Amino acid sequence: MTEIGLGHYLTLAAIIFTIGIIGIFLNRKNVIIILMSIELILLSVNINLVSFSIYLQDLVGQVFTMFILTVAAAEAAVGLAIIVIYYKNKGSINVEQISSLKG
Amino acid sequence: MLAHSLFFYFFSTVTVFAAIMVTVSRNTVYSVFFLILVFITTSILFIMIGAEFLGMIMLIVYVGAVAVLFLFVVMMLDTAEHPAQKSIRKGFVNNITVGSIVGVIIFLELIVVVAGWKYKGTFVPLSSINLNTSNTHALGNVLYTDYIHLFQISGMILLVSMIGAITLTFTKKENVKKQNYFDQLQRDKESAVSLVEVKSNEGVKIDD
Repeated sequence: MTEIGLGHYLTLAAIIFTIGIIGIFLNRKNVIIILMSIELILLSVNINLVSFSIYLQDLVGQVFTMFILTVAAAEAAVGLAIIVIYYKNKGSINVEQISSLKG
Repeated sequence: MLAHSLFFYFFSTVTVFAAIMVTVSRNTVYSVFFLILVFITTSILFIMIGAEFLGMIMLIVYVGAVAVLFLFVVMMLDTAEHPAQKSIRKGFVNNITVGSIVGVIIFLELIVVVAGWKYKGTFVPLSSINLNTSNTHALGNVLYTDYIHLFQISGMILLVSMIGAITLTFTKKENVKKQNYFDQLQRDKESAVSLVEVKSNEGVKIDD
């Protein structure tokens, strides 16, 4: 119990991943919180990659984490830009009302 | 070792608590602040297991850039719950049942993977790692040699997303004079200067 191993980090990452998934389901009013939940999911993937990288003594996992970080930042920027222009057009960011595509 | 585990449990508890608060918090600004707390504690965890460079990058990129971007957008948009809208959590029960079913299934699958897999108890002890090179040095050695193309492609991704965000939010304003470099540089003497015969006592009308 006092020995912190790989399993502890993987469990923490699993918990954060699950919280992110539930957050997407829970917040049907606010797109920004959904974007934050996606950030949480990417963070849990980063925790997995870093802990495996330390565990296996292979730096490639950390290199990959940097690329995930890059993609997460780009995704946040583009997503927030889309939210801003959507708000400018429609006046609200309620997810349940975003159905103009009739998908 | 005891201190390490104590720190791990403390910071992971804070991380999980803050992650829950991100999703259930009513005020979006509080959500962003709890997201910042998640990033900070996760970067501390990264530094604890020896990935110092990524921990610092996490602080700089996530807390310094992404979270501040979220904060700006939250403050620009009117996301506050109006007191008149009482049905703001109308589908809450339905959402939380479906969401928790899916979440519990995914969590159980992940736990099965973690628990059902044989692994050594601890991480490789720090003494066996080559301490002459720091984590940052070693990461740079790998990143700028073997993964240089991926590194440059990630730079291109950032460029594309920057251009995309600017073009999405760019709005053309009326009645604002803008610089047009091609027109300005192509002006020559014939198009710019003309000799006008001014009649006496009438003045001249320009720019018509």
